[in-house]
Amino acid sequence: MGARLGAWKRFRRHGPAVAAAVVLVVLGLMALAFPLAESALGLQAETIDLLARLAGPSWDHPIGTDELGRDLLLRLLQGAQVSLFVGLAAALVATVIGAALGLAAGYFGGWLDAVLMRITDFVIALPLLPLLIVMAAADLSRLGLDADRPEHATLRIILILALVGWTTVARLARGAALVVREREYVQAARALGTGSTTILIRHVLPNALSPIVVAATLSVGNLILTESVLSFLGLGIQPPLASWGGMLTGAQGMIREAPQLAVWPGLLIFVTVVAFNVLGDGIRDAFDVEADVPGLRSR
Amino acid sequence: MIRYLCRRAAGAALVLVIMSMVLYALIGLMPGDPIDVMVQADPRLTPADAARLKALYGLDLPLHERYLNWLGAALTGDFGYSRLHHRPVLELLWPRLGVTVELLGFSLLLSLALAIPAGVLAARRAYSWLDHLISLLSLGAYSVPAFWLALMLIMAFSVELGWLPASGSGDLAEDGTQAWRHMVLPVVTLSAATVGGFIRFVRAAMMEELRRDYVRTARAKGLRERRVIFRHALKNALVPVITIVGLSLGTLVSGALVTETMFAYPGMGKLIYDAVMASDYNLALVSLLFATLLVLLGNLAADLTYAWMDPRVRIGAGVS
Repeated sequence: MGARLGAWKRFRRHGPAVAAAVVLVVLGLMALAFPLAESALGLQAETIDLLARLAGPSWDHPIGTDELGRDLLLRLLQGAQVSLFVGLAAALVATVIGAALGLAAGYFGGWLDAVLMRITDFVIALPLLPLLIVMAAADLSRLGLDADRPEHATLRIILILALVGWTTVARLARGAALVVREREYVQAARALGTGSTTILIRHVLPNALSPIVVAATLSVGNLILTESVLSFLGLGIQPPLASWGGMLTGAQGMIREAPQLAVWPGLLIFVTVVAFNVLGDGIRDAFDVEADVPGLRSR
Repeated sequence: MIRYLCRRAAGAALVLVIMSMVLYALIGLMPGDPIDVMVQADPRLTPADAARLKALYGLDLPLHERYLNWLGAALTGDFGYSRLHHRPVLELLWPRLGVTVELLGFSLLLSLALAIPAGVLAARRAYSWLDHLISLLSLGAYSVPAFWLALMLIMAFSVELGWLPASGSGDLAEDGTQAWRHMVLPVVTLSAATVGGFIRFVRAAMMEELRRDYVRTARAKGLRERRVIFRHALKNALVPVITIVGLSLGTLVSGALVTETMFAYPGMGKLIYDAVMASDYNLALVSLLFATLLVLLGNLAADLTYAWMDPRVRIGAGVS
């Protein structure tokens, strides 16, 4: 427990990380404020008004409208909700998969470890974006799912992202498990005849938690970036749901008439990703974790 | 050495076969097979005609049999036709591959040309304002969405200033200046994906070397600081950088897809994206496999260079 308190103190002194946490709280509040903003303006993010296309700021539309006359502020807020939700959900799924595989590989070693590490090396080296595009374009109706419902498209994007996002967590969790398994308390538990699953959950997991948290935080930014590319390419979040990447698809053809449409969503993606990366670095420094290669991402 | 190469080649072949299986299964899930599209386009075709055509092309077989047929043909060098372009896939692929390799090469050069001096400077002046500035810039470079960076560059340099073309490409051999002008923005966009990571890595590797005894010895015997840095420390710090360059190839190919699509640059990435969007299965499958092969070859080249630069790494024993 003492180590955790020390880590908290170190984190609080890490100026940029605290700033990043504040930025993320603000972004989270923006996402939460979306329904309030909808009722305050008496509009919906999906409301199309072709008579008010590309309108400037006004009382009805505080920062103007997009190429279909939809309220820009509402679209940005809904985009915040969608991007943060998808990024966090995908990171959570990826972390659970990665932690389970990484801890098992590190603890049991042997062929399981060898196979797993081969797979992660392989996934890390692959050109992932083309692969993701093929996955995202696959026709789910052939698997008996209704792909036209936006919830299904969103669920699919979360799963696809998790499928490529687990490797970083797995590597760090494995490293931690390799160290922890040699500790006396683990050996004592084993000598007492405690089952492997219990040892993994009771002893190995809690002591491998800090690298897992660091990897999870760092992967959120990465996953939000990947989601935005896929949505931009028309293969991620599906309209009418707004996403920052998808908003840029519409803005791309309008850069002469309405450059502001291309600036805001991209800037928000950028700020969010920077904030998650800085926060991850801060947590890493606070916990004193050796994270592997920084800044290599899946796209 | 020969044994090592054989093992690597076998590993690469295995990876490609697994990739092709996964992709084949996935692409089997993409909307509309060729006959469905034909039926939609031609109202005179009856369902019976469609069934006959499917039988003729083997499309009524179960997935694994279709895959084996495809693999058999591919192994004899027959990668089939592109439905979108009505031409053999390989014929489409070769020129595109060249364009992408060129783009990747220049962007890698630019990345390293920026990252090595920046990383060395940051390590030399560790924890100074300069170091913080450099780490801020590298953070920005690897956090920026490439497609948005491309949009911003187009807005600034093509629309506002009109200095550089926003789309297309030129032929280096025919009209050099024009080709360079077309290449500037794509190369810059693509470099952003890797330069941030490279800077952080060069800085870390350099810090590590500067702590070593041989650096102290070199300084103690009165060598100039420049010589200590560039002749001694940097030479050793660059060896692990090779691994990172190898590992970044997948990122680069992914980045090429975005960049080429944004700038309508006729490379592999755009070919893959267009093929997927037009459900041109075969073209998408084969180009993705070639992109993967490119990455695997690049990784092998990086590992061989590493072994050649660092005599401590003995090929054949520990390295797998």
